[in-house]
Amino acid sequence: MLDSAISIFTSGRNMARLGEGLLITMRISLSAVGLSIILGIPAGLLMASKSKFWRFVLRFYLEFIRIMPILVLLFFFYYSLSKIFQINLPATFVSIFVFTLWGTAEMADLVRGAVTSLPKHQWESGRALGLREAKLNMYVIVPQAVRRLLPGVINLTTRMIKTTPFVFFINIPDLVKVAQQIVELAGMRNNLASVWVYGCIFLIYFAICYPISLFSTYLEKIWQT
Amino acid sequence: MKKSDQAILKVTDLHKQFDQTEVLKGIDLDVYPGEVIVIVGPSGCGKSTFLRCLNGLEPINSGRVELNGQVITAPGTDWSLIRQKIGMVFQNYELFPHLNVMDNILLGPTKVQGRKKSEAKAEAESWLERVDLLEKAQAYPRQLSGGQKQRVAIVRALCMSPEVMLFDEVTASLDPEMVREVLDVMLNLAKGGLTMLIVTHEMAFAKAVADRVIFMDQGYVIETNTPEAFFNNPNTERARKFLNIFQFEGVHKVQ
Repeated sequence: MLDSAISIFTSGRNMARLGEGLLITMRISLSAVGLSIILGIPAGLLMASKSKFWRFVLRFYLEFIRIMPILVLLFFFYYSLSKIFQINLPATFVSIFVFTLWGTAEMADLVRGAVTSLPKHQWESGRALGLREAKLNMYVIVPQAVRRLLPGVINLTTRMIKTTPFVFFINIPDLVKVAQQIVELAGMRNNLASVWVYGCIFLIYFAICYPISLFSTYLEKIWQT
Repeated sequence: MKKSDQAILKVTDLHKQFDQTEVLKGIDLDVYPGEVIVIVGPSGCGKSTFLRCLNGLEPINSGRVELNGQVITAPGTDWSLIRQKIGMVFQNYELFPHLNVMDNILLGPTKVQGRKKSEAKAEAESWLERVDLLEKAQAYPRQLSGGQKQRVAIVRALCMSPEVMLFDEVTASLDPEMVREVLDVMLNLAKGGLTMLIVTHEMAFAKAVADRVIFMDQGYVIETNTPEAFFNNPNTERARKFLNIFQFEGVHKVQ
């Protein structure tokens, strides 16, 4: 039985294809997480600022993205945009874009929460030292907010990695899509193929996400001092 | 009193209101170089707000504040520059918790004033030594007692080389046994000729450190006096009543 299981992975380019699928999954999710963090920090600072205009705009954006299924966004930007504007965006680009759209909204809300939870006198003592807003944010507010952000960011990262299989609806051969194809083919000869292949996917996702949460525990520990 | 030179800080008819409530109703005050002014008064009299107006943490409604002859309450004031000259220490321990003591102190000199780190660090070390905290330079704020935190906060403000220092009830949230160590630091600064405005409830300290005592109540300066005269024989009834709060009648009646 084990032999037949191993043969599923060794036959043809199955192993390599799973690897390629994994790479696509990671590229999309990590690019989106990275961009979301970069864009979400300034957006979150604006959401925590006094500006009514930015607070309203960003709150609207956040609520809009939250109620919209990711799949609808993917379809809209992949299929509908090309119909209206006659542009064909590459599927990978669309998926990174859509996941960033989602991640930035979530990240901004995390940053807002972290920043508004800081005591008010942190701003005052920074200002009293003559720090201007940009440096006050850079050296005092953001470093402290980041520590409070960490659990939320880790959560967002793993959620994104878990949500990337949606990209197979716009024909990107990510890890899950590749697995499905392998199961379809091997399933004809081996009726336990789905157990082995999806079991393997299960372990791969665990192997990716578990170290991330270990890393966050580690950071929380060293930041305590 | 050291009233020889021109006023370093000149406040004229300062008004401040929060929503509909006027908390400062026309304050006038001249502060001369090297002078130590202690502001006392009941809670809510406006003394903390007054200090916060001097370095722009609170915008004012009318009136004028001048620093060395320059009107700093005019629109377009670069508060970053002003705050480097008017240092402030607050009641709450407001050190930055993610930075150790040395980095807390160096943030202003290096990031605001653009001074060289080595030179700023040498100055910081000499100040830390004077307040007995040199061995805590690498400690984080949460590892310090309240009194130690306030001494670091004072050093942090001093390392900006301010011309005037504002102290807003810096011992009010300290345990009694830590009050002394902070007040001693401030007494030494006063002896060293630093110009200071101090809001405090420590009357014995006020008497010892002040060149002039200002008594505020309900948004007005009620009395300005020498510490000896103010504490022994105040001119106004309101000051007398205020000072009585700090006196206790004996329980054991004399037969």
